Amino acid sequence: MSDPVNRKKVPFRGGGFKPRPIRFVAPFVFLALVLFWEFGSRTGIISNLVLPAPSEAFQAFLDLYNSGLFWKHVSTSLYRLVFGWSIGTALGILVGLLIGLFSLARSSLLPLTSAFFPIPKIALLPLFIIWFGIGEGSKVATILFGTFFPTVIATYGGVDNVERGLVRMGQSFGMSWLSIVRKIILPGALPAILSGARISASIAIILLVAAEMIGAEYGIGAYVLMAGSLFATDQLIVGVAMLSILGLCVSWLIGKAEKALLNWRG
Amino acid sequence: MPFPIIRLDYMQISIEKLSHAYGSVEVLNDINLTFEPGEIAVIIGPSGCGKSTLLRLMGGLEEPSKGAAYIAGQAPEGSLNPLTYIFQDFALLPWRTVAGNISLVLEDHKLSKQQSKAIIDDVLARTNLSEFHDALPHQLSGGMKQRVAIARALAVSPAFLLMDEPLSALDSQTRELLMDDLVALWSREAFSACYVTHNLAEAVRLGHKVIVLSRRPGKVREVVEISIPLNERRERAAELEEVQQQLWHMMREEALAADRELADV
Ligand SMILES: Nc1ncnc2c1ncn2[C@@H]1O[C@H](COP(=O)(O)OP(=O)(O)O)[C@@H](O)[C@H]1O
Ligand SMILES: [Mg+2]
Repeated sequence: MSDPVNRKKVPFRGGGFKPRPIRFVAPFVFLALVLFWEFGSRTGIISNLVLPAPSEAFQAFLDLYNSGLFWKHVSTSLYRLVFGWSIGTALGILVGLLIGLFSLARSSLLPLTSAFFPIPKIALLPLFIIWFGIGEGSKVATILFGTFFPTVIATYGGVDNVERGLVRMGQSFGMSWLSIVRKIILPGALPAILSGARISASIAIILLVAAEMIGAEYGIGAYVLMAGSLFATDQLIVGVAMLSILGLCVSWLIGKAEKALLNWRG
Repeated sequence: MPFPIIRLDYMQISIEKLSHAYGSVEVLNDINLTFEPGEIAVIIGPSGCGKSTLLRLMGGLEEPSKGAAYIAGQAPEGSLNPLTYIFQDFALLPWRTVAGNISLVLEDHKLSKQQSKAIIDDVLARTNLSEFHDALPHQLSGGMKQRVAIARALAVSPAFLLMDEPLSALDSQTRELLMDDLVALWSREAFSACYVTHNLAEAVRLGHKVIVLSRRPGKVREVVEISIPLNERRERAAELEEVQQQLWHMMREEALAADRELADV
């Protein structure tokens, strides 16, 4: 038995380094920020020239909504986004698979992909306008190209990372090549493809705005550009908030898709 | 039994003058072996001596540099995959349930839904896994995962099982349980197998004959026959211990030398 007088508890030194999400903190912080902002604007701490009050921005939103143009802008942008992103992603997955599966495709397409990936697609916008016209074509093409390359890279990386042991298992059971690709390689690459989709979706939103700033009548980007050129900062804030909400929605959707498709990860 | 699994329609595997090298590294040197139907042949040898390579060559997953492995006789009728592996790391698809993993290897064959279901239910029953039908691999212990892999192998009615250290990833208690399972499976219906391990206790519990390979380049150093019936081996531990000692004497020098070689690299 140890001496009960001279003993002390072993000091605890574990724990920590494991942040966990706490519910309701995020909305609370957001609300507090907006309230502080509003308070600052009303008391004059924040000059109206520097930043309009949230209530003014909200009024600008109501004006936009009542003018009937809100849905026009949003639906035009959504159309370009969905169209460009889904084609770009589909083609990207296809080419990524080819690079992941065939030596010839890897030797020919991978260097091309690596060369084209770092080019900011916005720089190519004038070319796209010449090729695809000033209308929808150039805008969809910008988003399409912008999402294509990151998807290619995510997909072939995912294919490369599929456990070789699983492929060998498929072969050892005499599975056909197509079955191995469909049932082992594709599902195995899915986590990487989905995280690629997350990245390409945010790239798509950035490119959407950039593309809509040239020769677009409608769309969130056009609205933001117009507000900016008139120094209508309240409208500018409405446009920026719409983009932020759009981004949150996309990431929420991809989160849902990950939950549904990758539930086997436990 | 509606689906007899492992048939002894006398398909025999033999290896003749087989050598294999990876680049300049000679891994296997002039291997000559014959595997008898209905027998479990255990291959032991120091790590890195080419046991896994030999098994891959036997199952056609790699091509030997010299010599060949031969199959004599027809694959038994109804065998969907005559040479079937059981892997050390189980190789289960994590996104498929237990039943889905077994169904995977049946889907490329022309089987009706009922036939597939009957096979799956039958092999799950035989490996005591029926209640885990819908479980995902990440919910299972290592022992359970390997049972699923065994069930999957049985589902294709193999003529010959190729097992590469199937119990090496498991703790020793689970290993004991699975050895009992394998003995029970073999006793119910004798199957032919080549079982690779570095564990001498497994070798003497499961092997009708034990093939001792030398260190790299692997050569057949000795073949030891063990005549004690598999289902009596647990009781006759003393006799087995003797065989195990004998094997250890053969392995010791090789293992020691192999160990030093690796340290030199
Ligand atoms: N695909 C490969 N390419 C090159 N060397 C290999 C390959 N596979 C195995 N080897 C080498 O061959 C030797 C035997 O390997 P292996 O058959 O896995 O041994 P064991 O299973 O007996 O431990 C080892 O030295 C290993 O490094
Ligand atoms: Mg090995």
